[in-house]
Amino acid sequence: MAMPQTDLSLVETAGAAPQMAVRVRGVSKTYGSVEALRNLSLDFPRGQLTSLLGPSGCGKTTLLKIIAGLLEPTAGEVEVNGHPVTGPGPDRAFVFQDFALLPWATVLRNVAFGLELRGVARSEREAIAEKYIAKVGLSGFEKSYPHELSGGMRQRVGLARALAVDAEVLLMDEPFSAVDEQTRRKFQEDLLELVAQERKTFIFVTHSIEEAVYVSDQIAILLPRPSRVSEIIRPEGLRTKDVANIRRDSEYLDIVDRIWASLRSYVE
Amino acid sequence: MKIFGVRLPGMSSLILWGLLWELVGRTGFSFFLPPLSEVIATLYEIIGTAAFQKALFETAYAFLAGVFFAVVIGIPVGILMGKSRLIDELLLPWVNIFLSAPLTALVPVLMVLFGFGMKAIVITTTLFAIWIIILNARAGVQGINRSLVEMARSFGARPWDAFTKVYFWAALPEILGGVRIGVIRAVKGVIIGQLLISIVGFGALFELYSANFLMAHFWAVLIVLFALAFTLAEFLAWLERKVAYYAAAR
Ligand SMILES: Nc1ncnc2c1ncn2[C@@H]1O[C@H](COP(=O)(O)OP(=O)(O)O)[C@@H](O)[C@H]1O
Ligand SMILES: [Mg+2]
Repeated sequence: MAMPQTDLSLVETAGAAPQMAVRVRGVSKTYGSVEALRNLSLDFPRGQLTSLLGPSGCGKTTLLKIIAGLLEPTAGEVEVNGHPVTGPGPDRAFVFQDFALLPWATVLRNVAFGLELRGVARSEREAIAEKYIAKVGLSGFEKSYPHELSGGMRQRVGLARALAVDAEVLLMDEPFSAVDEQTRRKFQEDLLELVAQERKTFIFVTHSIEEAVYVSDQIAILLPRPSRVSEIIRPEGLRTKDVANIRRDSEYLDIVDRIWASLRSYVE
Repeated sequence: MKIFGVRLPGMSSLILWGLLWELVGRTGFSFFLPPLSEVIATLYEIIGTAAFQKALFETAYAFLAGVFFAVVIGIPVGILMGKSRLIDELLLPWVNIFLSAPLTALVPVLMVLFGFGMKAIVITTTLFAIWIIILNARAGVQGINRSLVEMARSFGARPWDAFTKVYFWAALPEILGGVRIGVIRAVKGVIIGQLLISIVGFGALFELYSANFLMAHFWAVLIVLFALAFTLAEFLAWLERKVAYYAAAR
């Protein structure tokens, strides 16, 4: 886990395209009369985890779904690897807040479902699914159904399904908000490990400041009405530290405080 | 049911009603109501006869064909209505009208359009069953968790895959509920068809027996019909319970 991350100065000087997996440029979104996003621009460095952090209702899910191609922006555009997004694509996979598992299908079929929709042959997709089921720590539950699993285990299924399609960009919408606190901490540790191993670009929505600081390479703070990126924070020093000690680290605590200071005025 | 703390097996109240029937029948209260034992004896007598088996076959055929069309047309139409605003606006008023309309009044029109044969009976049966099947499939699809729909889209599901792998299964508890009620209505449809359109099947037997005051025969056929309808409805209810575990989890 304590693996060196891409150097920030390199990211900035080496210029755009190859370093940035996803670029959001001037995106606006209005729902009827509700202006959810206004002229939002943000870059997501390849191989890193970027958190979208902000109070609820500030447009985090909206932005994530626009990147996923599930929603059309009212204005602006999103590029993934230099290609404009026009809809969902195999380069992105989504992890849903409420898991979105098929209740009538086993864990194995759920994890393989993305591959099934892509027409991958049964034996092949089940072999891949089994690999990722093991990876998220659910070996032995292949034949179980979602309603037989705890919330935390269900989200592991959702995560394995997203990993199994081997998309470059993983979009996670508050994936840990529906699981209990202990499970959540374990998830956060596992996520750091996953970012280090998988060389994928993670876009992670959360409303928890601690969680964002704990897991992120880059935190984009979104402020509401209409939403914009107010600040980008890179807790770089933390990424080289041992995960077990991060929560006691003074840099960690400083960043948490700093973010709270800028968010508190938006919470009544 | 519990009496004086003793648990009685399900449907044991039927025994009580059966006894009452037997007693009232034996008092000779009315020619209309022969004792149950006589009805059952008659049932054994006629069940093997060619006339009864022909009637059973004709009724079963019309019933199954009618239910088949109601299911095969009704479920996809309901799912389409649930998915497409346009189709829904076009069809919903008609579905609602036909659901509550006294369909028996339409039967003469069907006879003019489709003749006096099996075809008109099957269509009558379908018309009785299909509307509730459509409405339930529609409600089932509209109740699907939005995330499941987005999940299918985000993993690149083509419309046909989304239809067969997600929408149908997600709506299955409601769909089965609709089919169960539809099947019960189809029993009505097939008998009304067989009484009004052409006197065949069980309809013909009812006609024949009641016209000749063969009340034991009449009741025997009625019992067979009720038992068949009840068994079918119970079977579908059982299927429904089997998928109900995930109805809440969607
Ligand atoms: N489908 C929708 N129709 C109308 N308004 C919506 C819709 N989805 C979201 N909104 C509004 O847009 C704003 C941003 O929502 P959302 O992206 O879900 O925020 P977040 O995920 O940060 O909580 C909210 O004010 C919400 O009420
Ligand atoms: Mg949200």
